[in-house]
Amino acid sequence: MNERKPGQSWHDMGGSSFGEIPKEDHDFAIWEKRVDALLVLSSAKGHFTVDGLRRALEDMGENAFENMTYYERWISAINQNLIEAGVYTIQELGDKMAEVKQRGQTYGSAQGGEA
Amino acid sequence: MPHDGHDHLSSSGHPFRKDNDTPLTYWQLMEISVRELMITKGEFSSTEINKQIEIMDARTPANGSALVARAWSDPEFKKRLLKNGAEAARELGFDIGPMHLIAVENTEHVHNLIVCTLCSCYPRNLLGFPPDWYKTKEYRSRAVKEPRSVLEEFGLVLPAEINLRVHDSTADMRYIVLPMRPKWTHEMNENDLARLISRDSMIGTSIIGSNP
Repeated sequence: MNERKPGQSWHDMGGSSFGEIPKEDHDFAIWEKRVDALLVLSSAKGHFTVDGLRRALEDMGENAFENMTYYERWISAINQNLIEAGVYTIQELGDKMAEVKQRGQTYGSAQGGEA
Repeated sequence: MPHDGHDHLSSSGHPFRKDNDTPLTYWQLMEISVRELMITKGEFSSTEINKQIEIMDARTPANGSALVARAWSDPEFKKRLLKNGAEAARELGFDIGPMHLIAVENTEHVHNLIVCTLCSCYPRNLLGFPPDWYKTKEYRSRAVKEPRSVLEEFGLVLPAEINLRVHDSTADMRYIVLPMRPKWTHEMNENDLARLISRDSMIGTSIIGSNP
């Protein structure tokens, strides 16, 4: 029974009966570790808290949980919080993404950050 | 994603990261862009990012194992650990941050299991990154409803007379299981004990077994 009570959000999963637990695990890729570091450093700067992160994650809804990986959801939530905090604008993000995309077809060729 | 192994080495002598050779995804593009914007804005440097990654990489279940082995070896330390987990962990030099850490003790009558039903809160300062299954909806949903069948999926059949306590973590409050010390280890020193203590035994999905 996975019916939710009134007022119960999708992320409040305790008590539902989803199926067998998948046991696959994976080593974290460098881009995932960078997302993790971005959260820690942005929080340390006081731009948002873990509650801000969770609010954005929960607002993404159940489809995002099914269709995006863990750190994909995190970078989306971090970005949303940083724009809301006024650290950079959505225009600056768009310009930067267009610039980075020109560097190459793979993460390795586009990643920067070595300087 | 599959583990690439070490059979393909780049010219630098290091294994290629398969992840870096696959087509750039939208979210990876966003990560690169956010990171570079933050650096350009002077929020932090690429060195600070690398440093933070190193800090997180250094956090492995070995930290938790050292904590548990100390508690098994030193009754006074164990008392302090059960009273205030964060303070006791700091005694061993572990950075726990501002969060509360509660150690829950397995005994002959009680077994403990930790979960985060709302998200993925985990004692990462002591155990490193959580396993993927800890973050799945299957584990999160069922650990609080049918924990015994969850444990059976991990190969742990808990006798009916043992009380099972499930602890739901929050952003500010993390749990770690203090596993029960097997009697056959009574002559072992702290370092040897630490090697016995698995990550899953500190989550509660496993116990320290019989003498191998």
